[in-house]
Amino acid sequence: MAVASRHRSIIPGFGLTLGFTIMYLSLIVLIPLSTLYFKAATLSWSEFWHTVASARALAAYRLSFGASALAASINTIFGLLAAWVLVRYRFPGKALVDAVVDLPFALPTAVAGISLTALYAPTGLLGRRFEAGGIKIAYAYPGVVVALTFIGLPFVVRTLQPVLRDLNPEIEEAAASLGATRRQTFLKVLFPLIFPAALTGFTLAFARALGEYGSVVFISGNMPMRTEIVPLLIMTKLEEYDYAGATALAVSMLAISFTLLLCINLLQWWTRRQQHSGLWPSQ
Amino acid sequence: MTTHRKHTPQPVDAPNAPPLVAITESAPVRCGLIGLALIFLSLFLFLPLIAVFGNALRNGIVPYWEAICAPDTQSALRLTLLTAGVAVPLNLVFGVCASWAIAKFEFPGKSVLITLIDLPFTVSPVISGAIFVLLFGAQGAMGPWLAAHDIKIVFAAPGIIMATVFVTFPFVARELIPLMQSQGNDDEEAALALGASGWQTFLRITLPNIRWGLLYGVILCTARAIGEFGAVSVVSGHIRGRTITTPLHVEILYNEYNFAAAFAVASLLAAVSIATLAVKKIAEWRTEESAVGPFENAGTNR
Repeated sequence: MAVASRHRSIIPGFGLTLGFTIMYLSLIVLIPLSTLYFKAATLSWSEFWHTVASARALAAYRLSFGASALAASINTIFGLLAAWVLVRYRFPGKALVDAVVDLPFALPTAVAGISLTALYAPTGLLGRRFEAGGIKIAYAYPGVVVALTFIGLPFVVRTLQPVLRDLNPEIEEAAASLGATRRQTFLKVLFPLIFPAALTGFTLAFARALGEYGSVVFISGNMPMRTEIVPLLIMTKLEEYDYAGATALAVSMLAISFTLLLCINLLQWWTRRQQHSGLWPSQ
Repeated sequence: MTTHRKHTPQPVDAPNAPPLVAITESAPVRCGLIGLALIFLSLFLFLPLIAVFGNALRNGIVPYWEAICAPDTQSALRLTLLTAGVAVPLNLVFGVCASWAIAKFEFPGKSVLITLIDLPFTVSPVISGAIFVLLFGAQGAMGPWLAAHDIKIVFAAPGIIMATVFVTFPFVARELIPLMQSQGNDDEEAALALGASGWQTFLRITLPNIRWGLLYGVILCTARAIGEFGAVSVVSGHIRGRTITTPLHVEILYNEYNFAAAFAVASLLAAVSIATLAVKKIAEWRTEESAVGPFENAGTNR
């Protein structure tokens, strides 16, 4: 390490840029975030438990985790399909479709929320059809899943696209020449190779969905115990000046987010290790 | 005969067969998969985007224009521009500094630093806003001190700006770090060896190399700064004409059942996001173009 830095010392500005980076990071992110933990440390265990294990909070956790997992699963299946189609096939309008995949990154969540609600409400273009079949989407559980699917989609597609693009065609040729059908090749050869990336995409979409607020509050109807997600419950506590309750919920969610971040880092390390295993073309 | 068919090897060695037939799907399967993917993407991406503009123009162009020219909308747009105008330059300077330090030098704890820079992405927007309420709010850690000095942060513009800076913190750095790492140090070292100063090297060598990634990072950062809803909603206090940003204004109009006006203002935000996607595509094409030379050489060598 020391040798490397001495070797590169011809480039100036290390102290200045690193110093500024660490100072700015501390001021904007680390110090404000740590106040949350200092605040949480002033809570007694029973206070903390009273909030986090209340019936209303448990219902919110169940909804947030259930709907996020369902949305991330939908995204993994259809995101893999979309990534596969975008990487492997040619069709008119492909560049446009590829560009629009990033829409959930760029579109403000509030805009997505009101637009999805207008579409899936009982009077909306799509909601009307589901309503005729007796299915309620907006202002019910499926509405939450729809919003969370929308915001999570690009994570899966953008994680899988480069992996699919870099797959070595020789392994598919080998599988085919050994008599495998396309289905066998996909299930037994390709799928194990793209599985770590698919799992990374799932975890990213899941983590994003857990924290989502803007698009869900419009479509969910926000009924306590039924369609109230955890971020909305935190918001409600803050509006009631129940800072202790909001802190308890926020700390519990933050702990889960950090665990997921750790999982994502491990998954990415796993993906990279597989890519160096010789089944991908060497650089 | 038919029972043996599945054991028959694919005709890879048949002289007339196209060589790649064994590693792709038949045309009907291909069309089916493309169709299924397009139906899903239409339902979840295209339709919501079209619905914004359709609903905005539902009552015609005159009400649309009136909704955008309304004084409340104008003040919301002004606050949004102020917020983005402070947050984006700050995070731009940070992003360039962080990526210079991380991409050009080796030091212990580098991967920890990269993870910490990504931190705001993993925090729920509501929690991002909440930390500033807990820090600067009336009952917060610094609340009494701020009240004594008559400084208002939460439920005022400074709080909105701080929350936005927090939420948009990683965007520029995240675009630049992998880009500068992949470019290496050779160009800069050559410039320095030829007698350029550090500042000249940055302006004439590094900046032209990273300009498209930098532009895309800035655009993404701007789009998020303009569109941030959850974090801003917590710190804003919803004071009409004073602490309402454009997305919050959309929410207020929508909750007042003024749907056409809500979608009219939302269409401005949607237009910004379409511009973001367009710039991203252009940036990708430019980067590919500049990478085409060496990449093609590598291909012919193989």
